Amino acid sequence: MLGVNLRRPATGKPPSRSTSAFRRRVVVGVLVLLALVLITVSFRKPDSGPVASAQSSAATVLRPFTIAGERVAQPFRDVYAWADSLLTARSDAKKLRQENAMLRQQAIQNQFAANENDKLKALLAFRDGPRFPDDYKGLAAAVIARPIGSYAQDVVVAVGSNDGVALDAPVVTEDGFLGRVTRVYSHSARVTLLTDEQLAVSALDVKSGASGIVKHGRASASTLIFDRVPKKLKVSVGDTIVTAGWRSSRLASLYPRGIPIGRVTSVGQADTDLWKQVQVQPFADFDRVDAVLVLVRKSRQP
Amino acid sequence: MTVAQGARISLLVFVVAIMQVSAFSSISIAGAGPDLLLVTVVAVALLRGAVTGAVAGFAAGLIVDVTTLGTLGATSLLLTLAGFWAGRYGETTGRNRAHAPLVATLAATVFVEIGGYTLDALLGSPVGARSVMLALPSAIVWNALLAYPVFALVRRVGGTTERSDRAREVELLV
Repeated sequence: MLGVNLRRPATGKPPSRSTSAFRRRVVVGVLVLLALVLITVSFRKPDSGPVASAQSSAATVLRPFTIAGERVAQPFRDVYAWADSLLTARSDAKKLRQENAMLRQQAIQNQFAANENDKLKALLAFRDGPRFPDDYKGLAAAVIARPIGSYAQDVVVAVGSNDGVALDAPVVTEDGFLGRVTRVYSHSARVTLLTDEQLAVSALDVKSGASGIVKHGRASASTLIFDRVPKKLKVSVGDTIVTAGWRSSRLASLYPRGIPIGRVTSVGQADTDLWKQVQVQPFADFDRVDAVLVLVRKSRQP
Repeated sequence: MTVAQGARISLLVFVVAIMQVSAFSSISIAGAGPDLLLVTVVAVALLRGAVTGAVAGFAAGLIVDVTTLGTLGATSLLLTLAGFWAGRYGETTGRNRAHAPLVATLAATVFVEIGGYTLDALLGSPVGARSVMLALPSAIVWNALLAYPVFALVRRVGGTTERSDRAREVELLV
């Protein structure tokens, strides 16, 4: 028996586990190389070229599936939101009653101010930039996909260039400013949220007129900071921050003036700092975005 | 692997990828949510081997990149490597070990979170390392909770590798 080879019968096709090391390395090597090629081409030409059009077509084909997935998940999300809201219902109701009383007073004062403003503008033949919401129409769209990754701050919405969405279009929810369109395909668009570290928006304090830049906060993903506010300007806790919508000769802000962003929750300033340290609690809930309004500029009346 | 098993695994990966981008990605507690797709790819790799794991990871990543309009190939690269590694682990050290799904899932989670952060930084979308580090424990807990149920589901759907990969030839040297 010594030195005798005993052959076991083979049972069926060899599975992938038993493939040779060479074949295994070739397969993974090809896949990694393919992924790297795709990354390179997609990164260099994200909005044009054959890879972008293939991605656009594939996204259109997969769109019904993502919409179906979204609809399947929606009831569960609603149940969770309902249960979550029950926990805070009593305190929310009290807070909202107080806010309602305050806003009623404010609305009356604002109406007087708006009437006066209109008259003065008419007298001066004042030419203004685009304003929110009068000069824009909102395209309502469901959020159909979100990138994987704990730090990803983008969503994909179910409207695209065929619906009139353009690159850099501002996106809002019923609560306030959300972000801007950073990639557009025919039937879908990618929206980068304001909580993304690469997005910032010029903003101003409605009460004091102090201007600065609102961007991602460091404390948590859902807080924002109102940066670049000079120390000499006044910003108070509770002030409302809106988009500034500036215009300077040929340049203009991507966002119209007056979209609510959030409320100031803390103000501080250190002797060594150049600017105030202002934290803002956003009006929009970035963690629970189910539907958005993509703002499309109305054509100007002659 | 039979054609039927392959088809069932492909369908499972496709459905999970769609549900991940349209439903599970919106769940976030303590900075992170469950990555069902990664756990599924790891389970497929453990049960079906490194090559199947790598191919499943590549396909799943491609679906994610297409549906989220992201940089094509980025998620594919991460999931291909995670699937390949998990498959090799299942074929060698983790073979027939009860803790293999948990260990492979945890290692793949750490790899994908840090790998994704690195890739994003290389592609010019830097994210604060602090955000990633804060979210990592939550991601680990979420995926660890999913590891065994998903492993059982994938085994039920796709079966496991037959024991026919033992050495077919032995030489007695007594």
